[in-house]
Amino acid sequence: MAVILLIEDDPQVCRALQLALARYEHTVSTAGTGEDGMREFRSATPDLVVLDVMLPGMDGFEVCRRIRAQGAVPIIMLTARGDDFDVVAGLAAGADDYVVKPVQPAVLDARIRAVMRRGSVRSDEVRTHGDLTIDAVGAMVSKRGQPVALTPIELRTLLTLSGSPGRVFTRQQLLEQVWEHDYLGDSRLVDNCVQRLRAKIEDVPAEPEYVQTVRGFGYRFGPV
Amino acid sequence: MRRLPQPRGLRVRLVLAFVLVAVLGATAAAWAAAASAGAAIVVEAERRTIENLVHQIGMTTADLSYPPTQDTLDALRTSMGEDIQVTYQGLRSGNLPLITDELRAAAHDRLVHQRVVGPDGPKLLIGTPIVITGLDLRRAPSGIEVYAVRDLSAFERQVDGLFATAALTSAVALPVAVLLALVAASGVLRPVSRVRDTARALTAGDMSARIPTRGGDELAELSETINRMADALQESMAEQRRFVADVSHELRTPLSALTAVVEVLAASVDDRLPTARESAELAVAETQRLVALVEDLMEVSRFDAGTAHLRVEPVEVTHAIRDCLRARGWLEQVQVDMPEQAPALLDRRRLDVVLANLVGNALRHGDPPVQVRLRADDDLVEIEVTDHGPGLSPEVLAHAFDRFYKADAARPRSPGSGLGLAISLANARLHGGDLLAGNAEGGGARFVLRLPGNHGEQA
Repeated sequence: MAVILLIEDDPQVCRALQLALARYEHTVSTAGTGEDGMREFRSATPDLVVLDVMLPGMDGFEVCRRIRAQGAVPIIMLTARGDDFDVVAGLAAGADDYVVKPVQPAVLDARIRAVMRRGSVRSDEVRTHGDLTIDAVGAMVSKRGQPVALTPIELRTLLTLSGSPGRVFTRQQLLEQVWEHDYLGDSRLVDNCVQRLRAKIEDVPAEPEYVQTVRGFGYRFGPV
Repeated sequence: MRRLPQPRGLRVRLVLAFVLVAVLGATAAAWAAAASAGAAIVVEAERRTIENLVHQIGMTTADLSYPPTQDTLDALRTSMGEDIQVTYQGLRSGNLPLITDELRAAAHDRLVHQRVVGPDGPKLLIGTPIVITGLDLRRAPSGIEVYAVRDLSAFERQVDGLFATAALTSAVALPVAVLLALVAASGVLRPVSRVRDTARALTAGDMSARIPTRGGDELAELSETINRMADALQESMAEQRRFVADVSHELRTPLSALTAVVEVLAASVDDRLPTARESAELAVAETQRLVALVEDLMEVSRFDAGTAHLRVEPVEVTHAIRDCLRARGWLEQVQVDMPEQAPALLDRRRLDVVLANLVGNALRHGDPPVQVRLRADDDLVEIEVTDHGPGLSPEVLAHAFDRFYKADAARPRSPGSGLGLAISLANARLHGGDLLAGNAEGGGARFVLRLPGNHGEQA
């Protein structure tokens, strides 16, 4: 279904995940190091990258930053549970989601589908909020006529929030609607995504106009 | 025979010993000094008394007529003062009943003296012959003998004064000794109590506790040795924990591969081979169990290493409980009793781990109905999980939170890792709360989870 680049240094784990994901009809190319991963990324132009944090040479965070600098391809980090540092650093480097190893293929597949789904949330119109134009059908966002490159998760977060301007969404609600996580989803995913979103669409990210924080509750779109 | 009660505290014993030694020493020294000084005084007094008498005799016998008459003897006696007796053969002037016959016999040819204690104090008895120089220039006893009794009580009083001073010195030494003993005892006991406090802290699990050491005495050496022991202990514990963490970590990589492929395997097994089908399903199930076990081991080693962190966020506890039960398909089997709302600041994932473990245990080991009761106010969230089974025996209660404790070795293994309650307790404590195990009044097992609701922040 998707073309996936898997960057993982352990050959057995790499091969096993490749086999498992093939069952879910993904085409998986693999790389064992960060350097190989970057080369493969440029030649294979994958739809999504699954990235191990622990890599020899260039580590997963650096690979994540470089891929992010080149575009809006969704990235899922493979981390070890409880190694909070990995999660925080991975999200800061621009990952859209993370899974904890060992991961069940069904779970990984669900996450892959969630972070790749650009499609919208019950809206089929082109809306304009201030300088921001959001085209839900074409999955396009532009600011003052300039297209803004958003990852699918960022786009869906924006669509969800702007679909009901002024309504407060809790992190939990966003996690379930946008990331399709269960009730134990990690709210840091939301906070991180909102930060990246603000960096792309706000004039002054520290004083957001479009995606505003409601202290103690969550986030709200506008009022613009 | 009854033994004397032993003084208990080291301080009391030290003070007693110190005081005893000091007072004994002071007394002995003062007494010895007084005794030798007293002896010297007596000897000197006797010498001087005798000298005086001899001198007096010399003065008065120069113009003595010989042989003496009774008058001569009387004159001699009165010239020499009181308590004098002068004798010559049958004649005697003065009367001294204290003079014994032995003394008289000895005084025939030389000066003798004797100290006696009479009814009215110590006396010195002196007897001496008067020696005259004959016409042939030979000196010989004249046959006249002078006896004297001299009172020594003035010197005796002097000596008594010495002993009184000695006794006073000893008495004064007592409070000073007590004071010094107390100072010395606390000097010794302060390091001892530091050793005790540190040993206590180490026993309580604070492996970083060390004894502050100063100086280079034996106690400092002891402290130093105990500190080194604690270092070694801490290092070896850290090594064991690292080992467990490393083992779990190393297991995780092959488990990652295994988890990924067993599903492929199970899906591709031909349904016409029932044994292969069953084997594949077993492989899937056991792999999942192994994953859960390794996860729990890693969680435990994170608690041990102190690297488990709390991620507190606003949680609606009623939702958290319902979500936890719903996600595991337990909503139908559990009676829930909770208020409309119970907002709190908690770590959601950790709360879920504890809840799932308690309810899971109740459903597996107890009898229905399993009840979950929530009570919450601003400061405290209390969740009670009760079943209606036989409850927990005292022995099980004592070990309920031990790692890998199996209540009944004969029973089939439960699907849990054996670490669930240990992890639950650690999670409760990480919140600054607690988890208590006991039995409900009806007899079933009852676990009470108490967590601070606002986690030190404003609600």
